[in-house]
Amino acid sequence: MTAAAPAKTEYEAVIGLEIHCQLSTNTKIFTSSSAEFGADPNTHIDPITLGMPGVLPVLNEKVLEYAVKTGLALNCQIAPYSKFDRKQYFYPDLPKNYQISQYDLPIAEHGWIEIELVDKKSGDVERKKIGITRLHMEEDAGKLVHAGSDGLAGSTYSLVDYNRAGVPLVEIVSEPDLRTGKEAAEYAQEIRRVVRYLGVGDGNMQEGSLRCDVNISIRPKGQEAFGTKVEIKNMNSFSAIQKAIDYEIERQTEAIESGDEEIVQETRLWDEGKQVTKSMRSKEGSSDYRYFPEPDLPPIEVSKKQMERWKSELPELPVDKRHRYETELGLSAYDTRVITDDRSIADYFERTIATGAESKTSANWVMGDIAGYLNAEKLSISDIALTPEGLGEMVTLITSGTISNKIGKDLLPTLLKEGGSPKAIVEEKGLVQISDPAAIEALIDEVMTDNPDELAKYRAGKKKLQGFFVGQVMKRSGGRADPKLTNQLLGKKLNG
Amino acid sequence: MIDLEQVRKVALLARLELTDAEEQQFTEQLNGILGYVEQLSELNTENIEPTTRAIELSNITRQDALEPFEDRESILGISPDREDDFFKVPKILGS
Repeated sequence: MTAAAPAKTEYEAVIGLEIHCQLSTNTKIFTSSSAEFGADPNTHIDPITLGMPGVLPVLNEKVLEYAVKTGLALNCQIAPYSKFDRKQYFYPDLPKNYQISQYDLPIAEHGWIEIELVDKKSGDVERKKIGITRLHMEEDAGKLVHAGSDGLAGSTYSLVDYNRAGVPLVEIVSEPDLRTGKEAAEYAQEIRRVVRYLGVGDGNMQEGSLRCDVNISIRPKGQEAFGTKVEIKNMNSFSAIQKAIDYEIERQTEAIESGDEEIVQETRLWDEGKQVTKSMRSKEGSSDYRYFPEPDLPPIEVSKKQMERWKSELPELPVDKRHRYETELGLSAYDTRVITDDRSIADYFERTIATGAESKTSANWVMGDIAGYLNAEKLSISDIALTPEGLGEMVTLITSGTISNKIGKDLLPTLLKEGGSPKAIVEEKGLVQISDPAAIEALIDEVMTDNPDELAKYRAGKKKLQGFFVGQVMKRSGGRADPKLTNQLLGKKLNG
Repeated sequence: MIDLEQVRKVALLARLELTDAEEQQFTEQLNGILGYVEQLSELNTENIEPTTRAIELSNITRQDALEPFEDRESILGISPDREDDFFKVPKILGS
């Protein structure tokens, strides 16, 4: 066996995402019907939604504002002149047989967003810029219920609910800059964070207010030309996006290496139950959308003044918060990421440290005990009685040594439910930490007298028993003994 | 000008089923219409921006205020077929 094995070709995936995001307006994009989710079928319909002859759609001003703000948050250039177009195709979820969308002059283009991948174990951080090709406004389609079967195939007829038809969407198209399932899932999450920070959408994937289509091809590493691209749809969680991509990379690599299967340009659906992608029957000739300018809607010209005003209304974005927390507050990339994931948590944390409370300790309380309580009770941070100012007060009581961490933990359940001033409670209940060495030594003496057997064993070499003595002293002090001092003094006393 | 193949493609995209005679007839008629419009090509339009609408107007928007349509039954009622509060449509995928 002298022949060297041929070098194995390494492949890389080239991935781009199209994200549809519902905007949380009161009314639809072109009519004054409600855009709410979950109403009884066909409650929010009207002649414009249904495309009756002679009707006139008029753009919702909030949709324009939200789209421009999202574009600005994604570092896009806002088009000075933009227009709507009709995209023609036939499908029963589309009442007019065309969708009003934007084709060649989208409201925003040429943006980018930074994503951050943190390895939880090592704490290593990788940052990557992902290009945003464009962002445009369009209307959503209705919802189909396929009767006589659990899916489209095999159904004998379908039922249509047009409540969702005309609900405003922005479609955000990325450059093919993503390389792995993990990167794609993180990119989608960052888009959701931005949308939520801006308050322009709720980004709920289960309810379909954030939907993700993936374009993916693979190529040998180092090759510039793209391979044949496949579109994957039907993922309703971030982990499904990652898994569908990982599956597809494996499938395409195997197809190329074995030569058994040709990769064709097609749409595949993610099957969550079976954890595979499946080819969807192509709609014949449907790719010819015959776009033309929507005659009923005049063009949009966003003035510089208007754009500057909207820009000034943008909140601090997640990426800026992450950078600031790391550089100015010295938090780790991981802590930063956890706290900034939700704007209301980040706001709570910022108000806590605004009281002068130490940032790392405050972060630990917010991410640890408080987040744990919120998860367990399915509450949001605005539901708890403990104010950020209250938490700040408690953190300072701990870092200044007035109370022990343990007392803090004991106080928390009451504070979460009833609120109040930790300082006042501590004073009222006499929970101030005992840091007087003489007082602690007295406690130690009592504990040593009451536990002669353990003392003998300790002195015979069972040094592990120090923990037992610490526990006893803490118990006797009602958790108020300074743990560090207790340990020091115990060491001396036990050995002496 | 437009040929028979293009007429067939447009018919397919519009989901229209045409007889052979209709295909011939529409090819002729469409050519007549296109020929008429073609007269415009006599004009020199070089360096002229395409016009997409006749009225110079922009930024027409409305407030995001709820104003529900009161008579949904009038819409559901004129649908070719319905089942309770749903519009009912025939089987979407062919066999």
